Amino acid sequence: MIVLQEIRNLLRLYAQQFKTTFASMVQYRASLFIWMISQVLEPLVYLIVWSTVSNSSGGSVGGYTAQGFAAYYLALMLVNQFTYTWIMWEYEYRVRQGQLSFALLKPVHPIHSDIADNLSSKLITLPILAVVAAGLALIFHPTAAFNWWAGLAFIPAIILAFLVRFLLEWTLALSAFWTTRVNAINQVYFILMLFLAGQIAPLSLFPHWLQIVADILPFRWMLGFPVELVLSRLSPAQALLGLAAQSTWVFISLILIRLIWRAGVRVYSAVGA
Amino acid sequence: MNTLRLLYIFFRVSVLNETAYRVNFFVQLFQSLLELGTALAGLAVIFSYTQSLGGWHPDEMLALVGVYFLVGGIISLVIQPGMSALIDSVRDGTLDFTLTKPEDAQLLVSIQRMAIWSLLDLLMGTGVLITALVLLGQTVGVGEAAQFIGMLLAGAVIVYSFWLILASLSFWFVRVENLLQIFQSMYQAGRWPISLYPGWLRFALTFVVPVAFATSVPAEALTGRLGGPTLLGAFGLAILLFAIARLIWRLGLRHYSGASA
Repeated sequence: MIVLQEIRNLLRLYAQQFKTTFASMVQYRASLFIWMISQVLEPLVYLIVWSTVSNSSGGSVGGYTAQGFAAYYLALMLVNQFTYTWIMWEYEYRVRQGQLSFALLKPVHPIHSDIADNLSSKLITLPILAVVAAGLALIFHPTAAFNWWAGLAFIPAIILAFLVRFLLEWTLALSAFWTTRVNAINQVYFILMLFLAGQIAPLSLFPHWLQIVADILPFRWMLGFPVELVLSRLSPAQALLGLAAQSTWVFISLILIRLIWRAGVRVYSAVGA
Repeated sequence: MNTLRLLYIFFRVSVLNETAYRVNFFVQLFQSLLELGTALAGLAVIFSYTQSLGGWHPDEMLALVGVYFLVGGIISLVIQPGMSALIDSVRDGTLDFTLTKPEDAQLLVSIQRMAIWSLLDLLMGTGVLITALVLLGQTVGVGEAAQFIGMLLAGAVIVYSFWLILASLSFWFVRVENLLQIFQSMYQAGRWPISLYPGWLRFALTFVVPVAFATSVPAEALTGRLGGPTLLGAFGLAILLFAIARLIWRLGLRHYSGASA
C-alpha cells in the first residue's frame, strides 16, 4: 500500500510539473522558437553536406544515397529531440545561485522533477519538430527500408536511449558541485557526442577502430543506434546486442548517479550555510 | 585617429581586467583548440569519401574554415560583448553614463567591452587561413587577395550593422537577447560553402540573417569564385546596412528616456 501511495504522489508531482513547464514554455515562446532553429539547422547542414558528397561520388556513399542520408538525418533530428536534455547548463546555475537548496528540502529526489520537466517540454516541442521534419521530407525525399520487427524494437530502443542520455547527462551536470568550468566539460562531451553518436556522419562511414570505440562508449546508444534501427540498417542480432548495451549503460549510470550525487551534496554548501 | 585611440584605450582596459583571471586564457585556449580540431576532423571524414565538396577542394575548404574562425573571433571579441552590454544598459538605464561622454555614443557602445581571449580564435583563424594560402599557392593572385580583404571588411561591416540594428530594438522592446542568439545559431551554417544549400536556405542565410557575407563570400573571393555583381552587391549592402543601423540607432536614442526621467 505504501508503494502505491508513493507512486500516486510521484504521478501528482509529474502532473504538476507538466502544468508549470507548459506555462513557462508558452511564456517564453520566442526562446523556444530560436532554440528550435539550432535543433533543426545542425542535422540539416550535415544532411545537405552528405547528400552533396553522395551525389558527386556516383549516387552512394558507404551504402547511403542522398535520399538515404535525408532519412538518416531527419530520423536523427527527431530522436535527438526525444532524448535531448539541457540539464548540464541548468545545474551550474542552480549550484552557483544556491537554488539547489530548495530542491534539497523537498521530500522527493530532485531528479524526479527534472525528468518530469524534460518529458513535459517534449510533449510540446516534439510535435512542432515533427511538422518541421515532415516539411523537410517534402524537400529532400528521404527513403529507407522498413521492417516490422525493427519498428517494434525501436520502441524500447528509444526509451532506453532517453534513459541512458538523461541519466548520464544528469550525472555529468553534477560536476557543477566541484568546478565552475562546466562549459569546458560540456564542450568535450558534445564533441565526443558529435563524432561517436553518429551526428557528424553515420557511424558506418567511420574507420573500423573508431566504430569499436563507439560501440564501447555510451554515445552511440543514446542516438545513433535507435536511428540505424528504425531505418532497418541493423540485423536482428545487432539490434539485440544494442538493446543489451543500452540496458548495461542504464545500469552503470544508475550506480554512477547514486555515488556522485551523495558525494556532491556533501560538498555543496549554499551561501549562508 | 581618435577612433583608433579610443579602440586602443578600451582594449587596454579589457586586457587589464582580464589578466586578473589568467586561468581563463588556458580554458579558452583548450576550448578553441577543441573547436578547431573538431572542424578539421569533420573535414577529414568528409574528404575521405570525396575529392571535392560541391566543387570546393580540401585546401579551399580549409580557407573557409580559417575565415569562419577569423570572423567568429571578431564577433565574439568585440561585437557580441558590446551589443549585449548595450541591451543591458538600455534596460538598466546605465546608458546615461555613455551618453554624457564627449564622443560618438555609437562608437563608445560598440567598443565598450572586449572579450580579449577571443583573440585566440582570431589568431587561430588567421593561422589556418595562412596555411590554406600556402597550400593554394599559385592560384591566389593579387586580385584575389585584394577582393578577399575587401569582402572581409564588407562582411564585418554587414555583421556589425546587423547586430547593431537588432540590439537597438532594445530601445523599444525589453527582451531582445533572443534575437541576437538567432545569429549565433545560424552562424554554424557559414562553415560550409553557401552554394551547397538549396535556394530557400541560401536566401535566408544571405538576406534574412547575413551569414553568407561573413564567411562564404570572402572565401569565394579568395578562391576566385566571386563575380562582379556579388562584389558590388556586398559593398552596396554594407553601406546600406550601416546607414540603416545608424538611423535606427539615432531613432532609438530619441526614444530612450534614461533611468529616472
